[in-house]
Amino acid sequence: MPDIREIQVSVNGEDHSAKVETRTSLGDFLRQNLGLTGTHLGCEHGVCGACTVILDGEAVRSCLMLAVQANGHEVTTVEGLAGEEGELHPLQEAFWKHHGLQCGFCTPGMLTSLVAFLRDNPNPSERDIREAISGNICRCTGYQGIVDATLEAAKVMQGRV
Amino acid sequence: MKPAPFIYHNPLTPEDAVSLLASNEEAKILAGGQSLMPMLNMRFVVPDHVIDLNNVTGIDGVTNRDNLLEIGAMTRQCDLMANDLVKSKAPIIPEALEHVGHFQTRNRCTIGGSLCHLDPAAELPCLMAAYDANLTVQGPEGQREIPFIEWPLAYMIPNLAPDELLTKISFRYWSLNHGFGFEEFARRHGDFAIVAVAALLEVDDGKITRAAISIGGANISPVRLVKAEEALIGMLANEDTYKVAADIAQEIESISDAYVTSQYRQRLAGTLVQRALVKAGDRVNRS
Amino acid sequence: MGVRYLGAEVQRMEDPRLLTGHGRYVDDIKLEGMLHAAFLRSSQAHAKIHSIDITAASDLVGVHRVFTLADLGVNYQKPMNQLYPAPVIEQNKTQYPLAKDEVCYVGETIAVVIADSRAIAEDALALINVEYKTLPAVIDVRTALEEGSPLAHSDTESNLMGKMRSKFGDIEDAFNKADHVFSAGFMQHRGGCHSMETRGVIARDDPWGDGLTIWTSAQSPYLIRRALANWLGEPEEKIRVIAPDVGGGFGPKAGFYPEEIVIPLVARIMERPVKWIEDRQEHFVSTTTQRDQYWDLEVACNVDGKILGLRGKVTHENGAYIPYGILLPNSSLTPLPGAYSIPAIDVGVDIIFTNTVPNSPVRGAGRPCGIYAVERMVQVVSRKLGIDPAVVRRRNYVRPEQMPYETGAKLRGGDPVVYDSGDYEALLDKVLELSDYESFKDRQIAARKEGRFLGIGISSCIEDTGMGPYEGTTVRVDASGKVIVKTGAASQGQGHHTMISMIVADNLGVKPEDIIFESADTAKFPHGIGAIGSRIAANVAPSAFDAASKVREKAIKLAAEILETAEADLDIESGIVRVNGAPDVSISLGELAVKLTPPSSTRVPTGFEPLLEATSFEGSAGSPIASGSNVAEVEVDNGTGEVKVLRYSVAHDCGIMINPMIVHGQIVGGVVHGIGNALFERMIYDKQGQPLTMNYGEYLLPLASEMPRIDVTHMETPSPLNSLGVKGAGEGGTIPAAAAVIAAIENALEEFSVEIDYYPVDPQYLLGLIDSSIDSKSSSRLS
Ligand SMILES: Cc1cc2nc3c(=O)[nH]c(=O)nc-3n(C[C@H](O)[C@H](O)[C@H](O)COP(=O)(O)OP(=O)(O)OC[C@H]3O[C@@H](n4cnc5c(N)ncnc54)[C@H](O)[C@@H]3O)c2cc1C
Ligand code: FES
Ligand code: FES
Repeated sequence: MPDIREIQVSVNGEDHSAKVETRTSLGDFLRQNLGLTGTHLGCEHGVCGACTVILDGEAVRSCLMLAVQANGHEVTTVEGLAGEEGELHPLQEAFWKHHGLQCGFCTPGMLTSLVAFLRDNPNPSERDIREAISGNICRCTGYQGIVDATLEAAKVMQGRV
Repeated sequence: MKPAPFIYHNPLTPEDAVSLLASNEEAKILAGGQSLMPMLNMRFVVPDHVIDLNNVTGIDGVTNRDNLLEIGAMTRQCDLMANDLVKSKAPIIPEALEHVGHFQTRNRCTIGGSLCHLDPAAELPCLMAAYDANLTVQGPEGQREIPFIEWPLAYMIPNLAPDELLTKISFRYWSLNHGFGFEEFARRHGDFAIVAVAALLEVDDGKITRAAISIGGANISPVRLVKAEEALIGMLANEDTYKVAADIAQEIESISDAYVTSQYRQRLAGTLVQRALVKAGDRVNRS
Repeated sequence: MGVRYLGAEVQRMEDPRLLTGHGRYVDDIKLEGMLHAAFLRSSQAHAKIHSIDITAASDLVGVHRVFTLADLGVNYQKPMNQLYPAPVIEQNKTQYPLAKDEVCYVGETIAVVIADSRAIAEDALALINVEYKTLPAVIDVRTALEEGSPLAHSDTESNLMGKMRSKFGDIEDAFNKADHVFSAGFMQHRGGCHSMETRGVIARDDPWGDGLTIWTSAQSPYLIRRALANWLGEPEEKIRVIAPDVGGGFGPKAGFYPEEIVIPLVARIMERPVKWIEDRQEHFVSTTTQRDQYWDLEVACNVDGKILGLRGKVTHENGAYIPYGILLPNSSLTPLPGAYSIPAIDVGVDIIFTNTVPNSPVRGAGRPCGIYAVERMVQVVSRKLGIDPAVVRRRNYVRPEQMPYETGAKLRGGDPVVYDSGDYEALLDKVLELSDYESFKDRQIAARKEGRFLGIGISSCIEDTGMGPYEGTTVRVDASGKVIVKTGAASQGQGHHTMISMIVADNLGVKPEDIIFESADTAKFPHGIGAIGSRIAANVAPSAFDAASKVREKAIKLAAEILETAEADLDIESGIVRVNGAPDVSISLGELAVKLTPPSSTRVPTGFEPLLEATSFEGSAGSPIASGSNVAEVEVDNGTGEVKVLRYSVAHDCGIMINPMIVHGQIVGGVVHGIGNALFERMIYDKQGQPLTMNYGEYLLPLASEMPRIDVTHMETPSPLNSLGVKGAGEGGTIPAAAAVIAAIENALEEFSVEIDYYPVDPQYLLGLIDSSIDSKSSSRLS
């Protein structure tokens, strides 16, 4: 008999209540049960960072959490980063401008990670950023566009541009 | 890469967690999940029951009691790094944690998980070895305390019965003037180290009065470089002295695996002991 | 004419979707009634299969059916097709979509479970019981041809798949008259695909309607359609292959895989859509990779460093099967002589089967290996003769006045390799300036005083791009005035949508945002080739340019008639055809499109064909040759053997750049891939053929934290081979990178006379070299 539980999760500000098998990861739950396919699974063993979401304000691997563990918690996914009217987050804008993405597969995890990172490190150096995304693998960009975008977004978010 | 089915348990007290462990065969504790979940996803571990500690109260946080730091097993790495007590009393911990995975994994990983997982190269066990920490485990019969030296039983096997839970880690912190240095070599930032070294020093009047050198990754569990620690006592805190310790480190018993030979591990141990001691020596408050 | 997009850093049109989580990758597609598949893969590197018991697995709740080869149907008990047949292939081994009675690598597909969910399908895998008889495996190519070596396939006599040779000029003469002959041997290892999106296939069969529809994370949907149609014995028209958003490809996704046969077939049999998403563990053992090449070369040169000839032998590890012809060994040889005018070359390759994952190109294919080999020998010449490596290069480059320069080598189709244009020495000058090469010695000496070891390395390369034959484009204006652009070109992140839209927008006089772009869907465009070998820009840019020009001509001609003016007085801007000097007199492209698609009882204007549309297959007349020179500056830690790349500079020439921002991204991403090859990525097997590096903690992809900032400068030498003067740019970053990094390491450790004979260079190996050099020096002092 599959072990199924009912959970309540707030995702991108919207409350969901759903039945979920306990072995289901948070990543699979977001993608399959809620249809939020912006969160990507690149390795399912915690290294690539593509699956990163923001749980109660902190960036975490959604492949390394069970959906049941999100019961009663708040999750933000890449779909929840843009404003109400769809206006891009400054980091998204900067990624666009600095060619911070190619295939776009690592992008959701980069964005969610960096949004949380910038909140705690509003004025990072290039080195800080490179270490912050050392847990996010990108096979396409060589990271430079991502780093440049983050440097700029930090300035924009502090009103320094 | 989906876990095999299991029954999920969500205890709220350590006692409940222990009784769930005791009453269910093939049960696994889930702490931060940053090691267990990959193994579940890969089906390297196929438990019938998963007992989640994340809602258990009373086993996290840091307190200072009579020069002892007591750390709840469920304290997360990110919280250790940000904790003022830890930063002031045992600053080597936050320094070492910078090397542990990435900020996203540190947001989940717990000190208890790291000590129970007991990867030979993991930083926290290496630090706890340096501090001669005591580990408190709780079982159906109550609690017992285990000095770190008795904690590793074999490769990645802690001194923990199937129905026991690690609840607390405590150690006596060093004097305010102690120096510390943590050095590791990993291929990439955040990777498990090939070899890691934690060094603590106390110096009086230019001479070393107390030393702890702990080496992770070289062998199947962290080891203290006792011979070198003893050799350092009474010697001047300078590079020539550290070289003596480094030479001893180069002889340390080491393992080979598919990637790295024991000789290379020894060579790294030498280099890193030297560097960690230099750092520690520089940081000793000599005023 | 209004804004020109060509050459501008236009922000990509694909990005807003991808940035907000609205991409559509294969795994994002959910179909009504869809079932999920998981493959049972061989746990053995080489074994006979005695029996496969699927009973328990089939009985599991939630499992719909388990298939072995026998269950696929009597018509399908055959191996897969050879995508690129060639006379060189002496033993053509392709695998069965599900193993028949022998498995030849860990990861080979044996059975497939179809279930309600992937998790249940995986539960069932554990219940399948395969009885193997283990056979000896061959893993090390160096001993694979020896008498008594295990055989990769039990029904063959030898592990030799075939031999190739690139030979031109008078090699004997070159070596006879040379002042010096130097030799070097080295191993090159290139890793796997590791696109962040794994592979994945969804298939749906609608026998009374659309036929088979397949969504697959692939670079070459048309190739898959053809291969599958061939294998099934069915018309291509009844198979539709769609590559939706693809999360990186890098070569291995350009092939045709067992899963692309099995999933469509089982979807047909089950009469339900079936999805299979490769997980990362499968990726390590089932997605094709590049592997080891052992090179033994001799170089003949004069005292001044002028190279006269190059000869030697390569042993190429092919893996267990040949899914991809001989593209890889072939493209290792064709780049010889690199950027240099070397009159004589004779290099042969033995292509050898091993019991490892089959081979395919990975970013750059064999080119990084061929270029590495040439650059290595240039380095050897420079070191042995004590001439600065930049000077040796200057003395050997193909010069602009020699263009077009026929090297003597032959392309796969037999055409000669011709360098069409470029100025390699000028590129070198640019990169030397960018990297402050002149002042490096000062930096090196200053660092050495602090006990730090800095080194610098140069590498130059050429890259044959394009490769033909075409990549067509259709441009059509619809009644709303929107411009529909369709092409066969599939994208895995290279920004084709943006690049092609820029060209069409420029030429047709429309805004890029008014373009509806459709690609990588065999139902949308009749035929295409795929995104491999840096071929898209050189092929699709000319066809998009030409198709848009034709639509423009047609629109102007029709507008001239309607507006009763001369064609010469008309211009198109933002989708409106206007009379120059009379801005009120105008007609929109949409209105013109309606005139050409009129309702019943009306007529198409006389002299015009229906539809405001044109299709073009114009491409490049040959392979445009891109070129580059790179400089790496590294620091080696003599206490750990760690190598840090401190600085990396690139001067690159890919002809006219359509969108410099995209080119820049391709170069930087490519360099990082190349640095990964030089220092990190290594897929390790044990002696029994078990893969060891099976996760991203063990298989080391380059991370942001270890990568340097990469400075790029460009030269734009237009290619004479196509209308836009463009050349490919997808692999030019990767190709020279390993050679530059490794030359820099040797330079850093010059005082230890370190010679590196394989990559990826790991710290343990390097520290060993340093230590043994110190040991031998101290012992020689003693003696
Ligand atoms: C990408 C990545 C990089 C990493 N890099 C490093 C690194 O560089 N260095 C390093 O040290 N670690 C690294 N880790 C591992 C991380 O630190 C581990 O997750 C940690 O060691 C385990 O802690 P956890 O809380 O996640 O435990 P879990 O994964 O939940 O548990 C680990 C094991 O301990 C048992 N367990 C946990 N808590 C208890 C308890 N209180 N009582 C009894 N048993 C218990 C579990 O049953 C399980 O067997 C990395 C992880 C990831 C994903
Ligand atoms: S999918 Fe979670 S870290 Fe890779
Ligand atoms: S953009 Fe493709 S993986 Fe980062």
